[in-house]
Amino acid sequence: MSGLPVLSILILLPAAGAVAVPFLRSRDTVRWFTLLVLLADFLLAVWILAVFDPSAAAMQFRETRIWVPALNMGYRLGIDGISVWFVLLTTLLGWICVLASWRAIAERVKEFMTCLLAIQAMMVGVFCALDLVLFYVLWEVMLVPMYLIIGIWGGGSRVYAAFKFFLYTLAGSLLFLVGLLALYFAGGRTFDMLALMAAEYPFRLQVWVFLAFLVAFAVKVPMVPVHTWLPDAHVQAPTAGSIILAGVLLKMGAYGFLRFSLPMLPDASQNLAPLMITLSAAAIVYGGLLALAQSDIKKLIAYSSVSHMGFVTLGLFTFEVNSMSGAVIQMFNHGITTGALFLFVGLIYERTHSREIAAYGGMIKAVPLLGVLFAAFLLASMAVPGTNGFIGEILVLAGTFGVSGWAGTAGVLGALIGAAYLLGLYRQVLLGPVKVPEGSVMQDLRRRELACAAPLLLFVFWFGLYPKPFLTILEPSLDHLMTQLAPAGAAQ
Amino acid sequence: MEMTSVTASVLASGPEIIIILAACTVLMLSLLPHPNRRLLAGLSLLMIALAAGMSYGLVGTPQTVYSGMFAVDRFSTYFKMVLYLGTALTVLMSGGYLATEKAVKGEYYALLLCALAGAMIMVSGTDLVIIYVGLELQALSVYVLVGFLKTHGRSNEAALKYVILGAFSSGLLLFGLSLFYGLAGTTQLQALQAALAPGGTSSPLLVLATLFLVIGLFFKIGAVPFHMWVPDIYEGAPSPITGFMAAVGKAAAFAVVLRILMLDLVVLDPIWRSSVAVVAVLTMATGSLAALVQDNIKRMLAYSAVAHAGFLMLGLIAGGTGGLASVMLYLLIYTFMTLGLFAVVILLNKGAELGEPISAFAGLARSHAGLAAMALVFLFSLAGIPPTGGFFAKFYVLMALIEAGNAALAVIAVLFSAVAAWFYLRIIMLMYMQEAAEPAKIRISPAMQLVLLITLAGTLLTGVLPAWFLGAAQAAAAAGLG
Repeated sequence: MSGLPVLSILILLPAAGAVAVPFLRSRDTVRWFTLLVLLADFLLAVWILAVFDPSAAAMQFRETRIWVPALNMGYRLGIDGISVWFVLLTTLLGWICVLASWRAIAERVKEFMTCLLAIQAMMVGVFCALDLVLFYVLWEVMLVPMYLIIGIWGGGSRVYAAFKFFLYTLAGSLLFLVGLLALYFAGGRTFDMLALMAAEYPFRLQVWVFLAFLVAFAVKVPMVPVHTWLPDAHVQAPTAGSIILAGVLLKMGAYGFLRFSLPMLPDASQNLAPLMITLSAAAIVYGGLLALAQSDIKKLIAYSSVSHMGFVTLGLFTFEVNSMSGAVIQMFNHGITTGALFLFVGLIYERTHSREIAAYGGMIKAVPLLGVLFAAFLLASMAVPGTNGFIGEILVLAGTFGVSGWAGTAGVLGALIGAAYLLGLYRQVLLGPVKVPEGSVMQDLRRRELACAAPLLLFVFWFGLYPKPFLTILEPSLDHLMTQLAPAGAAQ
Repeated sequence: MEMTSVTASVLASGPEIIIILAACTVLMLSLLPHPNRRLLAGLSLLMIALAAGMSYGLVGTPQTVYSGMFAVDRFSTYFKMVLYLGTALTVLMSGGYLATEKAVKGEYYALLLCALAGAMIMVSGTDLVIIYVGLELQALSVYVLVGFLKTHGRSNEAALKYVILGAFSSGLLLFGLSLFYGLAGTTQLQALQAALAPGGTSSPLLVLATLFLVIGLFFKIGAVPFHMWVPDIYEGAPSPITGFMAAVGKAAAFAVVLRILMLDLVVLDPIWRSSVAVVAVLTMATGSLAALVQDNIKRMLAYSAVAHAGFLMLGLIAGGTGGLASVMLYLLIYTFMTLGLFAVVILLNKGAELGEPISAFAGLARSHAGLAAMALVFLFSLAGIPPTGGFFAKFYVLMALIEAGNAALAVIAVLFSAVAAWFYLRIIMLMYMQEAAEPAKIRISPAMQLVLLITLAGTLLTGVLPAWFLGAAQAAAAAGLG
């Protein structure tokens, strides 16, 4: 591979964009500039995926620079078969967010686009970071633009939602910080994640650190019972904020489990797996039941996220290769599908200014293209065979049943509840006689909006029908993760 | 003393002498019929720069002069640099403020320089009496400065309160010192340590002496339950002086605490260690929780200063080079971020009699996007959010704590940090998410621009590229511990 610091470019491109935006003049210039920067970033991510060596389990595109030598802190980057997908997802959703906010954000466009660019740099950085402190810094600083996105451009009670989001996540991350420092001293005084993964830790320490990490990651995922910030944040956030939240930020919690808890704390992970499985099963069922009771579209999708992310954590903690790859696929899919659902809710809201499910009906007749595409994403979210959602859930469930029958049953139950609320939404909004809130301007998808939806739709069916390329790249890295977990399993 | 050692002593205390001469000169110049504010400020800055240059020159030859009462070492030099920085920024911030308040007087700068000289003597003193003299010089100057807005009731009230409480705490401190002298027959720190070490810490008189000493010092750093003066005085004092107290006063007081408790009188360690942990937690808790309900920005920052003092004490508890260096680094970073925020507060000032309501920040992002963005950085830094210096400061303290095996305290500390984030966020919310009743019209003078530039650069650099600053603090700490 070339000697270019590709990952740095991937991170610094949007960061440089964020610095440049305040100096631009007109709003449209700002919009086009942001779009082009993020598109370039996406194309770079696609190129990375194209030249990515699928046979290697090791980190690729590695970069190492000195940062704080006295503390053995470094600017260390690298991606493997897992993170490469999240880099792709992040950069894909990035430019879609710009398009989704093209007209929806009319006030303080410059600041908004600065936030979008900044958060993209940070999110990509999180997935590329191979240094604990670098990871932590990016992970936490991400709160700032997200706080602003929700708090400035959000809905009616945006300030409350932004505060809640910030403080919940901050409290979690700070415990993560304590855990990370404990690992530093136990793992030979380095923040190099690969070195820390190779080190072994005493069991007691593992459990404490695992619990500290659990709080941080569980808030982000979010797992029951620390999920209550999510509906507020989602409902109040502007469309782009919701897409980023659901599409990428929630993945970071699960990514944290995958990157830290499992490889670094294998014994604690094994021993606390029953707890994790219980919490996941609870999230699947409880999140689903909550979604069933919602009358607000955004809230419904927000709660469905809790349920769907439950499948991810369930899959991760069964320690079975099928369900783990299912979990990673589910993470990626959830980003695509839920991102798309929030996009469509946003598009509908722009036309009608209502999120009440009961206010709608017959959208397929009123706006056929929008209706059909919305239907496709709803079905994908429901995990109908042929869509991406199916692959993830079936793999997770297949693995889970081998480990815990009742958790598998809870998963199936959750999938059924999911079908119930998503079909309910489908029937009410899309079918039946045409019914729209007063004052709506029902216009079918514009070209700009179609451009947002098309790539997401492509992924829905690509992974639904032919997930093999995805699995091929994923497998070596997951196998490697299994070996990191294995000695602990053998020791029991 | 022989002649050579007198010369050496005078040379080693050159920076202090420069500052005191500067104070005298400024005082003389201010007696001219039409004192020029810019001239006085410029002269003060020049002399501070001169003293800083001299301190820098002296760092290569660590020495203890004046018969062991005055140390010029890396430890004191590091602190002096922080003091110079904080005072210089205060001088730069003061001009516009004094003009707004129609309180331009030459004594202001003279007193500020006196306070600096006192603080410098505090950090260099290795004798309890010298430390006390420095402390009083600093405190007396600040008493006057706090009451500098003569026509304002709040300023007068604050000055009076400060004098009474400050004198009271000095009395406690002095009583402790006299007990030490009675026990060991000396006030020189190393001699004290040597005299007390064989006896251990069983003597009740020693415990009593330590108690008074520590209480007196905790008064100065604003640790709970001796923090009551902080909010009132922070609120009433002219804003630049509040900033000065928060940055310079705190750094000097902590330097004394560190020198006495961590460097020289280690024999007292068993007496204070466990109680300081309790005090630290209480200080963080009180500061963080009380700040939540403040409506005056300076009052809020006062409680925030209390919370930060609690966090700083954790470094004291952690101990070792790491703990010492973490407190030192924290104080430097704190100087940048807190003075940066005070600069914004001063710019928003519409007259001290109106007070400084937090609502003054409302809508700032719309009227002055750049200023709001800077305030955002300072606030997030104070809250400890990366990639700012405030994060790295806390990070390094936590690191020292965990290295010392004190994870429980670390967890408590981060939880209070999360609480504290709330009130910083509240200001950001006002700036970015609310509209102002009437948009503020702010003119940022070149001096203020310089202050903002320096503090912003410092806050960001210490967060993004902390290696150099960390190295300086670690070297100074290691040299101090010998």
